[in-house]
Amino acid sequence: MTEQAIVETAHSSDANPVGEARSLGADARRALARNPLFWISATMIFIFVLMAIWPSLFTNTDPTEAVLSQARERPNSEAWFGRDIQGYDIYARVIYGARASILVGVFTTLFTTTIGAALGITAAYFGGWTDSLISRVTDIFFAIPLLLGAILFMSAFPSSNDPYFVVVFKVVAAISLLGWPALTRLMRSSVMQVLPNDYVQAARALGASPWRIIRSHVIPNSLGPIIVVATINLGAYIALEATLSFLGIGLQPPVISWGVSINDAIVGLRTTPHMLFFPSLFLSLTVLAFIMLGDAVRDAYDPKTR
Amino acid sequence: MPEVILRATDLVKHYPIKAGVLRHTVGHVKAVDGVSFDLHKGETLGIVGESGCGKSTLGRVLMRLEEPTSGSVDFDGVDMFQQSGSAMRRLRRDIQIIFQDPYTSLNPRKTVGDIIGEPFEIHREVVPKGGRKKAVQDLLDVVGLNPEHINRYPHQFSGGQRQRIGIARGIALRPKVLICDEPVSALDVSVQAQVVNLLERLQREMGLAYLFIAHDLSVVRHISDRVGVMYLGKMVELGTEDEVYQRPTHPYTQALLSAVPVPDPTLRGKREQIVLSGDVPSPANPPSGCRFHTRCFKAQDVCSVEEPEFVQRPDGAGGHRSACHFAEVRQIVPTSDIPTREPDEGRGSDGARIGAGAPPEDVPAPGVDERGVIDPTRPAADYQIGHDDVAPEPRDRQS
Amino acid sequence: MSATTVDTPQEKRGSGSKSKYVPQDGCLLEVDDLYVEFHTEEGVAKAINGVSFDLSQGETLAILGESGSGKSVTAQAIMGILDMPPAKIPSGQVRYCGRDLLTMDPNERRHTRGPEISMIFQDALSALNPVFPVGWQIAEMFRQHRGMNKSDALERAVGLMERVSIPAARERVKAYPHQFSGGMRQRIMIAMAIALDPAVLIADEPTTALDVTVQAQIMQLLADLQQERQMGLILITHDLGVVADVADRACVMYAGRLVEKSEILDLYAAPAHPYTRGLIDSIPRVDQKGQTLAAIGGLPPNLTRIPPGCPFHPRCYLARDICSGERPELRELVPGRFAACHFSEEVLGA
Repeated sequence: MTEQAIVETAHSSDANPVGEARSLGADARRALARNPLFWISATMIFIFVLMAIWPSLFTNTDPTEAVLSQARERPNSEAWFGRDIQGYDIYARVIYGARASILVGVFTTLFTTTIGAALGITAAYFGGWTDSLISRVTDIFFAIPLLLGAILFMSAFPSSNDPYFVVVFKVVAAISLLGWPALTRLMRSSVMQVLPNDYVQAARALGASPWRIIRSHVIPNSLGPIIVVATINLGAYIALEATLSFLGIGLQPPVISWGVSINDAIVGLRTTPHMLFFPSLFLSLTVLAFIMLGDAVRDAYDPKTR
Repeated sequence: MPEVILRATDLVKHYPIKAGVLRHTVGHVKAVDGVSFDLHKGETLGIVGESGCGKSTLGRVLMRLEEPTSGSVDFDGVDMFQQSGSAMRRLRRDIQIIFQDPYTSLNPRKTVGDIIGEPFEIHREVVPKGGRKKAVQDLLDVVGLNPEHINRYPHQFSGGQRQRIGIARGIALRPKVLICDEPVSALDVSVQAQVVNLLERLQREMGLAYLFIAHDLSVVRHISDRVGVMYLGKMVELGTEDEVYQRPTHPYTQALLSAVPVPDPTLRGKREQIVLSGDVPSPANPPSGCRFHTRCFKAQDVCSVEEPEFVQRPDGAGGHRSACHFAEVRQIVPTSDIPTREPDEGRGSDGARIGAGAPPEDVPAPGVDERGVIDPTRPAADYQIGHDDVAPEPRDRQS
Repeated sequence: MSATTVDTPQEKRGSGSKSKYVPQDGCLLEVDDLYVEFHTEEGVAKAINGVSFDLSQGETLAILGESGSGKSVTAQAIMGILDMPPAKIPSGQVRYCGRDLLTMDPNERRHTRGPEISMIFQDALSALNPVFPVGWQIAEMFRQHRGMNKSDALERAVGLMERVSIPAARERVKAYPHQFSGGMRQRIMIAMAIALDPAVLIADEPTTALDVTVQAQIMQLLADLQQERQMGLILITHDLGVVADVADRACVMYAGRLVEKSEILDLYAAPAHPYTRGLIDSIPRVDQKGQTLAAIGGLPPNLTRIPPGCPFHPRCYLARDICSGERPELRELVPGRFAACHFSEEVLGA
């Protein structure tokens, strides 16, 4: 018996006034609204999304306008972030690059998490041969290195003259196809921890349908870890897109993305660090914003943190 | 004797033990291995036994949380294991369960209102949508919690209060049978009594039948009308509370009873102690013949060969069922009727006074029972049922 | 049952290294006005608030209480195994043979754990290291504290395992903790605790996780060992039945205070504190037929907000105005009987 158990008996003295019966969802929204972390991250994400949709709001400079005479110029009053090796304005390229990076990051995360969670829940909840099948398939995909697999996928479907969104979609598909197994495993084990709880048994005893049990007991109690991992992965996916671009099989110039810019900058790592710094900064800020949002959402759905 | 509400016949639950790459079955854990009993309307049948005896599995099989390997359960004229779909769902309204651990039995992300309201969500026909909140608040009231707390989360309550929430969920659909799986063993001593009293009051008010599964023989004796003793998946003795506790005929029951510590230091060294050697064998590989023979102080050759039948055996006053070749009455715990507790002032009413924060309950006057009948032969204290078990809401103690 | 390889107490106590600590007038351990608090996010939890008791050679002292009463914290404070922070000991003394353990040099104090004071826990499975054989774990005690070589130490371990009645000890010395049943693991933990022949043994809920038939065996073993070695035994439990069977004296704790301290027979025959009386009345007994239990209303207090005056007053059937205003001190009613209640005479008289 730990003495922490004592503290457990603590009761908040502020009796909730009996108004309407509340639910976790409503309480979570209320908690989010009160959380400064949520507002900061939401604002940042809003700005980045705006950048992705409507880059001309942020800059009038054409990102494809090469001023070769000023190539590698340091940040100055005209080109705020300086110019890169081709003489492109880095500020403009960072703004225009948001679209590809955010599309890849957000959609890959969305796909991998949805597939991973759905398969993980199915495997853990139904068990038996369903579990065996899903687990073995997961293992097989898990055995393929993400980068190598993505390279093979992109080489199999070369995209020389495809339209912008098709290229982006191919990158998303390549990473999603190989990124879900980690999340499936994570979700499966976190559902396994929830299932033996007596509240799940109690719901079964009441005659609740599997869907009801999954929806109202399993999912809310097992999402925590996957939210954390998914938000961290978002950054990794953007970086992976950059690697593919670097290898010449992902997004290709003239498509602009942070990944492309970062790779372009590698050549001048020592002499022109600003070429690397600004795209990387925006990438980091995006990832940070999503991680903060993930934390805020996770906490909001955990009544104990209130 | 009131009519039978639930009859279990030859219930068996074996869990396969899998091993190897191909997960082939190499043996079975015989958790429940041929158990039969009747549960009557409105009575409490206690099931006692040590860990691994299969008592909890029995509860889960009866609840159909696990499918039995074989055997049948007749519930109020319906063969329970033959039901499916909506018929089974309908049946679940009549048989419910409360769990041991008040910390894992409530979904931490649901409000108390959601938790107690879930039965009504699943069985929408029971209470019309508009009346659900009221129904939940009534239930909170019945189990002695503040109806205003429906928007709180489980972690804001203590162990005893959570157990009350679990009970409220269990009785929400007004079941006929409630399976209580170690409902008080995780609670503190002083809170245990509150919950036991609550269960007794609910039984009187709602005519519930309890299958009360526990390892604590004292609590089981207190609450049960009849008691079954289990050992390694089998019932070894079954009878009324008097028969099992005063005239036990099975050596295992006798050993169990002798091992229970009695909170009375004057009995130290005077009580008969039957110390069993060794541990309970594995249910995956139970001993041949009588399963108890490896630890039994009476064991003879026949015990390891021939399994004793579970039949009526003489106990000096009629007889009751026992599974021992050498069944013989041996009184272990000389029983005294509970000493009358003086109904001193305050003692009865303190519950209500403390419960100031709790909802007012219909408290019967001392010496008057629920039906309003005055029984002059019983001390007033015995009637202090309405509020003895009421846990007051946590009071804000000057912060 | 063979104890051939184990030192007899006489040998042990007389032999050199022990002479450093000599009980004074038979008194081994004195806890004097001890306070412990936990600094948590929710505030300061006052887990122990001025606890005093003593323990003599060969005595069994029970500390009775519910969860949160501070009984386990008391044991951890005596052993010096509290995590500090969050725990803090603002004042008080724990004297072992006259020397204050709390102000002792940490290194010196560490050497008292095992040879002088040792402890067994509720959960033997988590108290034993799962990756080492049990015999090795017992032998390690001799190797570390006595500098014995491996084979001698293992021989001692076998002797101890036999002493605590583990069947086929010699064969099972190489077995791992998970290969034993709960009762056997508890025996192994007892063997480790008594290995260096301590003068004080603290048993924190030693049988709570065990079945009743096994509980009886373990309590019997503890009682035998205590008799044999004249240890002072502190038995921490919530189980009034276990206490009645083995203890000489008992302290009842509530909200980090002693509310009653007395000889065991007096305590059960006529409790002097309403809480003790409530506890005794609220438990069903196997030798009594059931009627409604006299439950204590309410809940134990939150230790960050202990009620003013007597901490038990919100649940007490005798509570009057003075109880919420003035904190009753633990006072001696008759020689050897202490209670912290303004109306102890009334409780006794009732």
